Amino acid sequence: MKLTLKIWRQKDSKSKGRFETYHMENVSPEMSFLEMLDALNKRLVEEGGDPVAFDHDCREGICGSCGIYINGHPHGPVPGITTCHLSMRYFNDGETLWVEPWRAKPFPVIKDLIVDRSAFDKIQIAGGFISVDTGSAPEANSIPVRKQNADMAFDAAICIGCGACVAACKNASAMLFVSAKISQFALIPQGRIEAKERVRAMVEKMDELGFGNCSNTGACEAECPKKIKISNIARLNREYYKAY
Amino acid sequence: MTILNSKIPEGPLSEKWTRYKENVKLVSPANRKKLDIIVIGTGISGAAAASALGELGYNVKVFCYQDSPRRAHSVAAQGGINAAKNYKNDGDSVYRLFYDMIKGGDYRSREANVYRAAEVSNQVIDHFTALGVPFARDYGGTLDTRSFGGVQVSRTFYAKGQTGQQCLLGCYSSLNRQIKKGTVTMFPRREMLDLVVIEGRARGIITRNLITGEIERHSAHAVVLATGGYGTIYYLSTLAVNSNPSAAWKAYKRGALFANPSFIQIHPTCVPQLNDYQSKLTLMSESLRNDGRMWVPKTKGDTRNPNEIPEEERDYFLERRYPAYGNLVPRDVGSRAVKERCDAGYGVGKTGLAVYLDFRDAIKKQGKKAIEDKYGNLFELYKTITGKDPYEEPMMIYPAGHYTMGGLWVDYELMTTIPGLYAIGECNFSDHGANRLGASSLMQAAGDGYFILPNTISNYLADQIKTPRIPVNLPEFEESERSSIERLEKLLAVNGRETASSFHKRLGKIMWDYVGMVRNEEGLTKALSQIRELREEFWKNLKVPGSINGLNQELEKAGRVADFLELAELLVIDALNRKESCGAHFREEYQTPDGEPLRNDKEYAYVAAWEYTGHGNPPVLHKEELKFEVVEMKERSYK
Repeated sequence: MKLTLKIWRQKDSKSKGRFETYHMENVSPEMSFLEMLDALNKRLVEEGGDPVAFDHDCREGICGSCGIYINGHPHGPVPGITTCHLSMRYFNDGETLWVEPWRAKPFPVIKDLIVDRSAFDKIQIAGGFISVDTGSAPEANSIPVRKQNADMAFDAAICIGCGACVAACKNASAMLFVSAKISQFALIPQGRIEAKERVRAMVEKMDELGFGNCSNTGACEAECPKKIKISNIARLNREYYKAY
Repeated sequence: MTILNSKIPEGPLSEKWTRYKENVKLVSPANRKKLDIIVIGTGISGAAAASALGELGYNVKVFCYQDSPRRAHSVAAQGGINAAKNYKNDGDSVYRLFYDMIKGGDYRSREANVYRAAEVSNQVIDHFTALGVPFARDYGGTLDTRSFGGVQVSRTFYAKGQTGQQCLLGCYSSLNRQIKKGTVTMFPRREMLDLVVIEGRARGIITRNLITGEIERHSAHAVVLATGGYGTIYYLSTLAVNSNPSAAWKAYKRGALFANPSFIQIHPTCVPQLNDYQSKLTLMSESLRNDGRMWVPKTKGDTRNPNEIPEEERDYFLERRYPAYGNLVPRDVGSRAVKERCDAGYGVGKTGLAVYLDFRDAIKKQGKKAIEDKYGNLFELYKTITGKDPYEEPMMIYPAGHYTMGGLWVDYELMTTIPGLYAIGECNFSDHGANRLGASSLMQAAGDGYFILPNTISNYLADQIKTPRIPVNLPEFEESERSSIERLEKLLAVNGRETASSFHKRLGKIMWDYVGMVRNEEGLTKALSQIRELREEFWKNLKVPGSINGLNQELEKAGRVADFLELAELLVIDALNRKESCGAHFREEYQTPDGEPLRNDKEYAYVAAWEYTGHGNPPVLHKEELKFEVVEMKERSYK
């Protein structure tokens, strides 16, 4: 396949960025999107150019490192997958692809396609935990958990923290991300004890860091590579009201 | 010459850990906050250790190369985590878990460490459950378990095929709690460039800030390496592409011994390589072998659609060769069996380097819904990568490099041969011998981090309470920093024509061909000279753009590949030295008539710990004899 790539290049957080055009030939439909970028970078390095910087690590859709905005969609146009799993077989010969970093004020660009997502860690540090010291846990089966709740908690807990929800949202809202953690803990007895403090602290931090509010358009759910449900945001809201 | 003292406590096996804890030196709460500890790596072992040490009141600094501690590669562990709870009433116990690990490791691990790992496994499950890790449950609300390879009980706790992610996020949450409390300071996007050793003790590290390029000095009273394994030495592996051995390798070059480097686990069930551009091989969890049956056609070169091949024309080769364990044989055994069939010409797919993992019978018997509940996300993952639906046709799988049993040598206290330097989780060597059993890496990593290291490190730190905070302007820091910068400049100065990744790929091919699932003297010798040639070429023809300043991912890669090229040589030397077959280390010259590994307990029942003796000098071998006081060494049979 032949492709034209319009890639966002930005030297550092202070510089202004712009799109640069690269022509790719011999793209195999079996490549992943990141492997296609590897091939581009190999060429750029060999030609003495500056390779495109992008975050990536596990390349199996679970670490949450990668995140590229492709043709107007976080992680590209195919729903339910991360950029590292985006196969080039989904694109057509001769196509032009627009490749950008996440765009959100709380995620400043570091270089090219790499953004600073430490705001997500800050929200988790504010309250995304159950306060239990090592060694003080009761026997695991002494607190039974209804299977349906455990399963729902799991479905929320699989969030990979990639930031696609924020990138997809016109308000740069982090509510899907926050609600996933709130839901995981709200649904199980271990998490109920600090539920009020947790939701207050996490929401307060989310607001402080400049993330917007949910306006129920559902773009986050549509673009989430792990298909985290927007109903978690409803649960977050209920938990938040209950906390005051 | 270093004398290896493994410091195994006296007393019966089942009482050693209790006795140790009763007699270990302690540090009072008031003194703990005066003591600094550095932890490198935020996978399960690192994040667990950092949070547990923070809870105790030590002053902890944690480093990782990723943008967030939550991205460490423990996140990708799929199938589960073992514990000796015996919730299934199937005869499990701490002893049985210990025994299975010793046998699974082909009698090349240390009894006392393995027993302790089994002993703390139950506490690990209690702790994760209290942290809110959503393990699978039964309808009555209690925890569910499943079976893994190499055992006959059901002791593996799981969260679908994402157990590693859920356990890691549990550790991440306890780490965050300590960061909030101020006991732990987090330094993401940092790479350790060197270990600083002062008067024989580990006293700090040199790091590079991967965003600004700044070289930084950090001091501490003790340093803990939790940096994972080196399976990416094959280039293509199930590891994250940035996983690397560099921190452990720097420690080796500063005097820590490296144990059993050639013990690398090749996992039997991975999505096979599809093309030449591929950067990664994805694991398909061992748990799939609970219900999936592995087979190849009985006729060579049978190109029919697998669904059209009738039952009597299928060779269920694991069930045929190992009737007692069937599809649930341990990983080393499974991998070799797959390779044997493919080498004999029965492999399937475009390359002939794949076998089928078939769920047809399980779906027929249990229904699609039941299979989906257990493995739904794995089936989806497979479909995403290959475009094929495993509910409709069997998966195609092939072995890939996965886990390193070898690593830094540690004593019972998890301390390396450098006083004050500890190694925990996959980066040490201690618990898995020559082959790791499934679902025991999460167990060991969490056990080391939460329950073992916090209890052993006080024995060292108790003598450090009078040592004031270590200043970073000491000459040893200057020297380490200078040599780190010189090395980065040297990488940039080569200014040749080939990228670091390209060298990595070429190294990977040498390692896979000659130091993979099957090894022999001739191949290993060939590998040794090829590695040396490649290393020479690397330093003549490497191309790294940019500078030390600022973000430079090519420079990061180049530094790691340079270390791989050195480690590769040690790995081959170790494989050449061990003239026996055990676990994952299969030397063709040493096998039984039916192709099983042939151990030589008389001459090789030892841990091979290698000492660095300077650039260009051969490493020196130190032997830790393995004494089996409880378990009798037997032929390891799964038939």
